[in-house]
Amino acid sequence: MLTDQLMTLAVNKNGFIFDPESGISYTVNDTGLFILKHLQKGVDKEDMPKLLHEEYEISLNSASSDVEHFWAMLKALRLVED
Amino acid sequence: MKKSYTAPYIERNSAGNLNKYAHTTVVRHQDSIDNVLIKDLISEFGSPLFVFSEKQIRRTYRRLQDTIRIHYPLADITWSYKTNYLSAICNIFHQEGAPAEVVSGMEYELAKHNGIPGDRIYFNGPSKRKSDLSRAISEGAKIHIDHLEEMYLIEQLADELDIKPQVAIRLNMDTGISPLWTRFGFNYENGEAYRAVQRMVSGGKMILAGLHTHIGTFILDPNAYYWAASKLLAFAQTIKDSFDIVVDYIDLGGGFASQNTLIDQYTPGELASPSFEQYAEAIGNAFNASLFVKEHHPRLILETGRVLIDEAGYLIASVLGKKNLPTGERAVILDAGVNVNITAWWYKQRVVPTRPFPGSYQNTVFYGPLCMNIDVIRSAMPFPDLYYGDTVLISPVGAYNVTQWMQFIEYRPNVCLISELGKVEIIREKEDMSDMIAREYIPEHLRQV
Repeated sequence: MLTDQLMTLAVNKNGFIFDPESGISYTVNDTGLFILKHLQKGVDKEDMPKLLHEEYEISLNSASSDVEHFWAMLKALRLVED
Repeated sequence: MKKSYTAPYIERNSAGNLNKYAHTTVVRHQDSIDNVLIKDLISEFGSPLFVFSEKQIRRTYRRLQDTIRIHYPLADITWSYKTNYLSAICNIFHQEGAPAEVVSGMEYELAKHNGIPGDRIYFNGPSKRKSDLSRAISEGAKIHIDHLEEMYLIEQLADELDIKPQVAIRLNMDTGISPLWTRFGFNYENGEAYRAVQRMVSGGKMILAGLHTHIGTFILDPNAYYWAASKLLAFAQTIKDSFDIVVDYIDLGGGFASQNTLIDQYTPGELASPSFEQYAEAIGNAFNASLFVKEHHPRLILETGRVLIDEAGYLIASVLGKKNLPTGERAVILDAGVNVNITAWWYKQRVVPTRPFPGSYQNTVFYGPLCMNIDVIRSAMPFPDLYYGDTVLISPVGAYNVTQWMQFIEYRPNVCLISELGKVEIIREKEDMSDMIAREYIPEHLRQV
């Protein structure tokens, strides 16, 4: 489930992320930015590995594992909830 | 065409702590050793693979010897066998002129196998057996006496062999560092060492050729060597005054720190470890201030193995898999662990990728192939995202690994040497089942399963 914080994040095209509520900023890499933008558009987490696989040179299995790990990072930063 | 991929990553920005060492946080890759490509080494010799650089070994030996001799010319650097047993490595040092320093009958035998005459061997260690001593005495080795039982045994052998063995007394002492290594030899401060010499002289069966101390390992304070040298030289003067015996050499043992970084050490090794110049100056100051040195010119012996070989040794390992830990860190499983790289337990070794990686870093833990939680090569360090088959280069690993490695869970891998001319040769072949079972005997009733 997405939190409000994730939806209100200001996402820069170079990967600089700003949270206007807390004032905290983050940096994401290219693939992280890809996922964040899709999440903000309402794409489900479950669909993300396929999108990554279509856009990048990565197998579906590896992409699934990496999305899970990225999700754990977002949870740790309290940007998403279970 | 699809875009190149790195695993998604997000990091909270923070001002960060100031780094007074101006250390870069960029992980630099290294794709070759002495201009030999790592991918070529792996494709020819397999992974994991130990690689030693002959050029680096010779350069380090000459630099240390030159630096010490600037401060005290009568200095010899021995090769400490326990640091690395590979005969090819030992012979590089012997070709450079290093005598052998051994600590057991096994090491003595190896030095002899390498063609080193007995009178070029310094025999240390606390556990010399009668047969070891007998051989060493017959062949003219210098025996460093660790305890009284050893002294009695040498006296007995001197009678049996009708030889007056050349010996040194080992001393332990306070040099201002902690921990105090008091287990080797006789104590200086409480007079035990003096009484040992008194006992030896009264026996009249051996020649006191030298004094020896081994103050510790990975000594980060060069002044400890000043105090060790000063005390040994003062003791040499006392022996001269009391017994009219002039020792031929002062042996300060080993213990110089390499550029590795201890696990609990904050400052990186390349900044914390003293330079050769600092050690040499500390020792030289003690020697050049000594009246005993001015009158008798004793030889200075060093047995400092780690600093001579650690940086010349590399371990190439391949990624077998990776996983995400509950802590948020990434775990990488390598095909080489503490089974072959045991010094990873003591040091924060340098681990670098062998090709450039785009993208950001994530805290990564490097595990080896053992079924044990303690098989950790490096705990969390920022690292680019690796995939199956990628290789990493681990260094410095030249000291104490190819002597203490284990035949546990995995076979021991190939070890190769890059010669000064760039030729790569195997100096120890990887093991197989025949190495595992060569010494085993199965009782008749256990042969059928």
